[in-house]
Parts: sequence; structure tokens; C-alpha cells
Amino acid sequence: MFYREAGDFKVSYVDDSQTFPIKFDRYRYYVVLAVAFGIIPFIINDYWANALLLPFLIYAIAAIGLNILVGYCGQVSLGTGGFMAVGAYACYKLMTAFPDVSMFIHVILAGGITAIVGVLFGLPSLRIKGFYLAVATLAAQFFLVWLFNRVPWFYNYSASGQINAPERDVFGIIITGPNAPAWATYLFCLIFLTVCAVIARNLTRGTTGRTWMAIRDMDIAAEIIGVNPLKAKLTAFAVSSFFVGISGALFFAVYLGAVEVGEVFGITKSFLVLFMIIIGGLGSIFGSFAGAAFLVLLPVVLKVVGADMLGWPTDIVAHLQLVIVGGLIIMFLILEPHGLAQLWRVAKEKLRLWPFPH
Amino acid sequence: MPDQLIFAMEVILNGLMAGVLYALVALGFVLIYKASGIFNYAQGVMALFAAMTLVGIMNGQVPFAHLINAIFGTHIHYFGWNVPALLAILLTMAVMVFLAWAVQRFVMRHLVGQEPIILFMATIGLAYLLEGVADLMWGSEIKTLDVGLPQGINLWIDETTFNIFGYGFFIDNLDIVATLIAALLVAALVVFSQYTKQGRAMRAVADDHQAALSVGISLNFIWIMVWSVAGFVALVAGIMWGTKSGVQFSLSLIALKALPVLMLGGFTSIPGAIVGGLIIGVGEKLFEFAIGPMVGGATENWFAYVLALIFLVFRPQGLFGEKIIERV
Repeated sequence: MFYREAGDFKVSYVDDSQTFPIKFDRYRYYVVLAVAFGIIPFIINDYWANALLLPFLIYAIAAIGLNILVGYCGQVSLGTGGFMAVGAYACYKLMTAFPDVSMFIHVILAGGITAIVGVLFGLPSLRIKGFYLAVATLAAQFFLVWLFNRVPWFYNYSASGQINAPERDVFGIIITGPNAPAWATYLFCLIFLTVCAVIARNLTRGTTGRTWMAIRDMDIAAEIIGVNPLKAKLTAFAVSSFFVGISGALFFAVYLGAVEVGEVFGITKSFLVLFMIIIGGLGSIFGSFAGAAFLVLLPVVLKVVGADMLGWPTDIVAHLQLVIVGGLIIMFLILEPHGLAQLWRVAKEKLRLWPFPH
Repeated sequence: MPDQLIFAMEVILNGLMAGVLYALVALGFVLIYKASGIFNYAQGVMALFAAMTLVGIMNGQVPFAHLINAIFGTHIHYFGWNVPALLAILLTMAVMVFLAWAVQRFVMRHLVGQEPIILFMATIGLAYLLEGVADLMWGSEIKTLDVGLPQGINLWIDETTFNIFGYGFFIDNLDIVATLIAALLVAALVVFSQYTKQGRAMRAVADDHQAALSVGISLNFIWIMVWSVAGFVALVAGIMWGTKSGVQFSLSLIALKALPVLMLGGFTSIPGAIVGGLIIGVGEKLFEFAIGPMVGGATENWFAYVLALIFLVFRPQGLFGEKIIERV
């Protein structure tokens, strides 16, 4: 009743192969876009932007990136934190070197630089598989963080070793720094997220995505039927790192403003993003959104319920959060290995027939 | 003998000792991987959990004291007694066996037959869960652990080397004890897996689950046993590292250090874990000694991983690992 495809006839191939072939999905997508672009910027305030919306948007980009690598191409990476750091530092160097260039260009270039680094660290994936690769990506994680910590050129020889985002604007509107208005930072990140999601969705529907999935499902068989593993794996690493780099750049420049690399982009960040895509659903763009939303919301909800309503000490709430996240990961892997995205799919199946299942 | 060479020798010796400690953690990984094909990321957190439980029992802490106090508004923290070290170690072992049962009963049993990578992620979840439980049970502050192991500089080595080279080597007594215990542990594990009935059953399960089932070996029992043995290894590693640097969160990160050790040695080989540990221990200390000052120091953070990465490109199954054969 609420979700139906009856009566939705396609008369051309273009209609049939559009991103959302079902009318209901398409309208829902337009409504979400309209609310995100047309309503939220007018009612947003600093608290909502900083506590929920900005982290959600930025983590969603990172989750889409990692999902391409892990969920679609099957190459497990624990180096997300390191690649986000590359994006952040590339963005910082560009921002300080070319103050007059638009932030859009800086962020995209930062993504491009991260893509190059990602391909470099992706090269071993041609010989190393499975866990061995997961551990090999740890090399990227630790080496990159160490590099940004120890080589003063990356943080412009500042005394604290931190990087601070200077004030930069897009078309005269301040985007970075403490004076940036909440709606502007929100819209800036939203634009990136929307574009990234559309690109990712279309890449995964097309030839590129199919070769990735072939490699994921069985790489030897894929090679035999003519998929080039070198090209498939390296494009996955490049696209994934590009998105992760963009999210790192936004995380530093727009969201935090000041970054100490060991704290912000440590191994815990890699696991956080990995958990997002496990809980959200491996191999699903919607899952990346759902997982990011879930893990951004969870600490906030726990803090409100545990610390503010029940009056528990914050350290207990933090420990409980570990228990809950760990428990949820295990639960999802046991009960629903395809995550929230699968739950959503099942719900849609049910809604198609509801309330007359026969 | 030139000074540099003598210093280098001391660095190598210390590296060997550190390598033994890495190998201790790596052993736990190898055991579980061999028997069940699960790559247990939670091994490091198990070491942390074991060490925290040991300290808690020795000091007579009330488990979950903070949580109970927060919910009921009470102020209990200690039972008011101290448990002797040996008894506390036995009690901790009992807790680790219980943990092994719980992991098997509530997590791994439901994941039998899943892809290895799913199992790996489940153990990452387990690591978070266990870390949270450990913090809730015993509090997250840094604790000192003292079960009566000797500590401090070994004077005999110091004097002997001073007489030979004119420079006294600094070797910690604890490291020597750790080396001895690790050697004992490895010997015991080899004897166990080669000559006892349970050990043979364990190897049979590692070889082929279904064949083992069909000759009447209880998979359930073997897996609980393997997780218990891994818990025991974690306890030993936790005691060593806890005595050395205090019981704190960073203890669980040594698990990450054990990963390159495993990759060098191969996931399936007990001697490999030892040799890999020694190579990594000596390698990173020497690298820090020779190259570290030129590039800004703290190279220990990444050297092991990069070494393992480069090594793997040439030999993907590690030094002693079984050759990886893939079929469609």
C-alpha cells in the first residue's frame, strides 16, 4: 500500500535503467533532497550542525568511500584514518599555499592527492589477499600518521605540531574558521556528499562496479572471464581513497578547524568507519548513510540518556558505548550480515503487500 | 671493539627480548587460527582483560563497582581483602575459561561457516565489547601489576659485559624471565598439540572440521578448549606487559604489533610466530638505533608494518606458512 510498483510502466530503456526505477523511490529521493537543501539550511543552528549534521555528512562520504573498497571490491582496509589524514593535510597545504583559490577546488584536489596515495598503498593488494591485506593497510595507517607527525613541512613548521584551518570562503561566504555560519558549512558538506553519492551510485551500477563485484566474489574466476584485476583493484583503491580524502579534508577544514593527527586520524577512526559500513550494510550506498547516521547518533543519544537524564558519570557512559557498539557489531554479523540496508529492503518488501498480504 | 658495535649489540639483545614478548601475543593468534580458522583480533584485549582481572582480584576490587554505584547510589569499591598472587592467577584463569565458553556459546557458534573476513570483523566487535566490559568491571585508570616477578637491571650481565667490553649492558630481569617463560610456553604447547589426546583432536579439527566431526570429536569442546588456551596465553602476555608498563588501554594495542609478527611468520606456524617476533623485535630496535635519529625518531610505530608489507609482496604466505593454493 505504502510502497508499490504496480501501474508503474516503463516505455523506454532510459526509463528502465534510471537510478530509481520505482516511482515511490524516486519521489522519496526528491523529497529528501528538497528537505536537505531547501528546509534544513534555514532552521539549522550551531549545536545541530556541530553535534549531528556535519559529522553525519562527512562520515557518510568516508563510509561511501570505504564501502566501495570493502563492500563492492572486497579489499578490506584498516587504513581509512591514514587516508583521511592525507586528505586533511593536502587540503591544509593547498589552503595555505593558495589562499585565493576556491575551497571547492582545494577539497577536490585534496581528494585527488589522496587517490594517488591510495593507489600507491593499493599496489600490494595485487599479491596480498584477505587478512594479510587488512594488516598490510595498517602499514599505511601507521606510516602516514607518523609522517604527518614528524615531518615539519606538513604542518608548516608550527610550534604545536597542529594544523589550523585559516579562514577561507566560497563566492564570498566564509566556509572555514570559527566565523563560518552553520548553514554555509552544512550546505558545503551536503553538496559534496550529494555529488559523491551520485557518482558512487552510478559507478557501482555500471561496468566499473560490476568488475569490482566480480573481483569481490571470486577474483580468480573473474580473471578467467576477462576482468583485469590490476585495473579493477586499483580503480577501487583510487575511487575509495578519493572519497575518503574528501571526507578527511572536510573533517579538518570545515568540521574541526584544528587537528592533531595522532588523535583525530588514529586507528580508532579506521575502525569507526569500518563499523559504519558493517552496521549499515556492506555493498550498499544507502547502507553507508544508515551506518554513518547510526554511529553518529549513538554516542549523542547515549550521552543524553545516560549522562543528562540518569546522571551517570561520563566515563561509565563511554564504556557502555564500547559495549553497545561491540555488541551491535556481533549482533549484526550474526543476525543480519547485510546490515541496516537489508532491514530496509525487507521492510520495503513487507510494505509492498501491507495490509493485504494475500 | 668500537663503541657503535657494542651499542648495536646491546640494542640487538634488547630487541630479542622485546621480540619474545611480541611472540607471546602472536602465539595466541596462531593457536585460534590453526584450530578454527578465525583470525582473533580480540587477542590483545583478552590480554588486557586478563591483566585487569588479575589486578582487580588481587586488590579485592568489587566487579562493576562504578556501575553499581551509579545505579544504586552506593559507595562500594573494595571487599577489603588481598588475594595472594598465585590464587589470583588461578581465579583469573577460571574467568578466562568462562570467557572462552561465553565467546563460543554466544558468538562463534552462530557464525560457523561464515566467510573468514566476517569472522574477523566479529572479533573486532568482540574486542570492543570486551574492552568496554573490562573498563566497566574494574575501572579504566592505570594500574600497577606486581605478581613478584623480578624487575630492574640484571647486575650479573652488567658486570660480565663490563669486564669483557668495558661497557655494561642494560638488560632488564623481567625480559629474561619473559624469555624463559615464553620458551617454556612454546615447549608446553608443542608437547600438548603433538602428544596429548586433546592436542591431536585440536589438530584434527584444524585439518578438516567435517572429518573431525565424523570420527567423534566434539567441535564445541575443542573450540572452547582452544579459546581457553588462547586465554591462558593472553594471561601470560598480560602479566608480562602489565608488569613492564602498567595495566592500561595501550596494552590492547600490542595485539596490533603482533599482526606483522604473524604476517612474517605465517598465520599457521607456532615456530613462525617466535621467529617473526624476534625478527620484528630486533629489526625495529636496530632501525630506530641506526636510521631513527635521521628521520625524527619514533619509527617503531610503523617499521614492523612496513617491513611485513614489503616482505609479503615477495612471499604472501609468510616465512613458515602453508602455501596458499587457490582454486575456482
